[in-house]
Amino acid sequence: MRELKIFAVVVFFSLLTYWLVEPYAHHQMHMKVDKDGKEIVIKSHGFTYDGTDDIAEAERKGDAALVTKKKAFWADVKTVAALKGNAAAGETVFANCIGCHNGANINMGGVIPPNLDHSGAIYDKNYLIALIKDPAMAGNVDHKYADTSLHPMGSIKFTVSDNQQIADVVAYMQEKKAGEVTPKEAFTEACVRCHAVRYTKTTQLGDTPKFKHKKDELAHEIKVIEEQDLVKAYMGNLPPDLSMMIRARGEHFMETFIENPQGQLAGTSMPRVGLNQEGYEKVKEYLTEAGDPSKKAREQLGPWVIGFFVFFTILAFLWKKSMWRDLH
Amino acid sequence: MAHFEKANSLNEWMDQRIGLNTLKRVLNTEYWIPKDINFLWAMGMVLAATFGILVISGIFLLMYYKPDTNLAFDSVNYTIMAEVGYGWLWRHIHGIGASLVFLIIYIHMFTGIYYGSYKRGRELIWLSGMGLFVAFSAEAFSGYMLPWGQMSYWAGMVITNLFSGGSLEAYGLVEWIRGDYVPGDAYLTRFFMLHVFLIPLVIIGLIVLHFGTLRLPHVNNQEGAEIDFEEAADLWKAGKRKESKVIPFSPVFLSKDVFVMGVYFILFFYLVFYNFNFAMDPVNFDPADGLKTPAHIYPEWYFLWSYEILRPFSKDVGLIAFGIAQAALFFLPFIDRSPNVAPAHKRGLFKYWFWALIVIMIALTALGKLPPTDPLFATLGLIFAVAFLFMGPILFVITMFEKKIEKGA
Ligand code: HEC
Ligand code: HEC
Ligand code: HEM
Repeated sequence: MRELKIFAVVVFFSLLTYWLVEPYAHHQMHMKVDKDGKEIVIKSHGFTYDGTDDIAEAERKGDAALVTKKKAFWADVKTVAALKGNAAAGETVFANCIGCHNGANINMGGVIPPNLDHSGAIYDKNYLIALIKDPAMAGNVDHKYADTSLHPMGSIKFTVSDNQQIADVVAYMQEKKAGEVTPKEAFTEACVRCHAVRYTKTTQLGDTPKFKHKKDELAHEIKVIEEQDLVKAYMGNLPPDLSMMIRARGEHFMETFIENPQGQLAGTSMPRVGLNQEGYEKVKEYLTEAGDPSKKAREQLGPWVIGFFVFFTILAFLWKKSMWRDLH
Repeated sequence: MAHFEKANSLNEWMDQRIGLNTLKRVLNTEYWIPKDINFLWAMGMVLAATFGILVISGIFLLMYYKPDTNLAFDSVNYTIMAEVGYGWLWRHIHGIGASLVFLIIYIHMFTGIYYGSYKRGRELIWLSGMGLFVAFSAEAFSGYMLPWGQMSYWAGMVITNLFSGGSLEAYGLVEWIRGDYVPGDAYLTRFFMLHVFLIPLVIIGLIVLHFGTLRLPHVNNQEGAEIDFEEAADLWKAGKRKESKVIPFSPVFLSKDVFVMGVYFILFFYLVFYNFNFAMDPVNFDPADGLKTPAHIYPEWYFLWSYEILRPFSKDVGLIAFGIAQAALFFLPFIDRSPNVAPAHKRGLFKYWFWALIVIMIALTALGKLPPTDPLFATLGLIFAVAFLFMGPILFVITMFEKKIEKGA
């Protein structure tokens, strides 16, 4: 039928235009290429960490010394991962950590050391090992330091330097610092020391309390600004508010960016956070609740509205048929 | 004082006072539409419906929107999207509507071009239609400023900069438009006024004009046949529905319009619920930041072809090319010299011209978004922009030599 042919032509050109300006153009815009012009494919590794990205980056930079250093570091991590950790022994090692991770909300070298209550549940095991071996290398921000022990947690490699100790403390965290995590806890432990979320009234100091007096409120605001100044001094700029981030960046960007910020934003000061799959899912849930709270409602309502219009269209078609029946 | 009888029904009461029955006849039951038309002729009513949806959803958004650079972003993204019941639904409907209206406008325009519906008495339909196109463009642009996201800010910066006129360096004019050196509060509030008041008013006026210009020439038909509407209407009224070449707008044509609208709404709401990023650019969910230029600044998809006519040339040449491209569309009925009102596939070279135009417009649209840092895209952009500019003179020449089609009985 002629009308269907015309419809097919219209659909074809509309879809072609859509494909060109959306999937194709966005792929071209965000494509990363190495210095020979070859495309660098950025993909998620399911939130596990073995240094593949870091080594590939160093290779692309053509820095042989760096490649060796990265390879050696991640090989070390692998060695430790193979050791059997003893959680009971780990508890004593963990005492080293709570000197800084003390919940006192005091800035240390740029940020407030996060609460570790669920660190065994939300972080990847290999990443935790890497972190204790050398936080700057683990976060893939070693390029910022002439000496990586200058990282705010960098001194840890002198206090906990024995491989078995590392395996023990990681085993301890995975056993005792795990359990059910809420999205809010995961997000607070992993991101809040740097990022505010104004839609959930969260700042770098955590939840904003309700104040009776304007004076207290202003005093709190000043404390927040002071904290943000410290973070800014540490990171170079203030990490953006994450309220709408879940809609501003696609799923793919978020996943790969959290796994390895350098891959998406070469040279960025945001360190890798080292979340495992579960940790990421929780963080995503939190950010969705803040920035895209209608997602559930959309998915629920969608089929009904579309169903209604399918029904409407069928009725309209029958009406049209009856109206046009005796015209030809 | 005129004489009024007691009315026996509400209908009669209304008829006595505002001639309801006459109105119904003139606008509906005796507004004659050729029988030989296809679903493309429903696009006008689809546009009218989409405009209605935009107005209604816009009113809901207006109840919570705050035109202030400090509040605008959160009033949209938090108050409307998170706090107000179904606020997100209205916003998605408004965003998708604003994008789809252009898809349908383009289909509607190309239909007019394909069937030669802008000639021989239908020039004013085309001109008022172009008026609508310009008004909708202004409406879309001003609306895009309101959420005060990164793209609002930077697209606003780039587009208002065009008014400096290249080497004329008329920065005074740019500042006058912005009300400031850079887009700021004065800029936002004036675009707010334009978006919610002045431009919609103009659009409503233009729609009335557009409908008015349709009344005497009537809409065209698939063969471009000249129809004696009075004769055909008499046949219809005499019950010879098969023999008559026309149908009344209501209810016969309307039943088809409504069916086409149904299909359109299925697509519309699929996009509202499941695929909205093309219409609500994720970059605009980053709040405006005058110190942080986004990596890629591009307009919404429906402006890309014009943007690409501007971009490949040097500043001044680009502006002139851009101006010519916009004006050329207005003059289409006068550039086309052919005596024929007929579908493109019956018009010899014009057929090729039409499909070339489609290809060029789509290519320009794609290239307007593709990064011009890639030399291949830059070259293609230049080629297609130049090709577009040549389409006017080519149309003039080929239609001058177009043979008159002798229409059989
Ligand atoms: C000298 C103080 C200090 C000590 C000791 C310390 N940390 Fe930290 N830790 C920090 C700081 C500061 C940060 C935040 C670093 C940043 O965000 O750049 C941090 C971050 C972390 C993180 C989050 C890392 C991420 O990428 O999200 C974990 C997990 C962690 N520390 C575990 C430990 C463990 C386990 C120990 C003991 C073995 C320990 N820390 C000892 C200061 C310390
Ligand atoms: C140690 C500080 C720090 C931590 C912890 C941190 N970030 Fe960041 N983040 C930054 C900084 C700094 C930037 C700005 C990066 C830039 O512009 O180069 C940033 C930027 C971002 C961006 C925006 C990237 C872009 O395209 O502009 C996202 C998304 C993000 N962070 C998510 C997260 C999430 C989710 C977490 C927790 C899992 C997290 N960040 C933890 C410091 C941090
Ligand atoms: C929102 C804006 C618009 C609305 C509501 C609208 C509405 C309509 C309607 C209801 C019709 C009659 C039915 C049909 O043929 O589809 C029509 C016809 C027409 N319109 Fe529009 N229109 C709009 C924009 C435009 C634009 C941008 C153009 C082109 C510049 C245009 C050009 C025409 C032409 C040439 C016809 C006559 C078609 C024919 O005779 O076959 N219109 N319009």
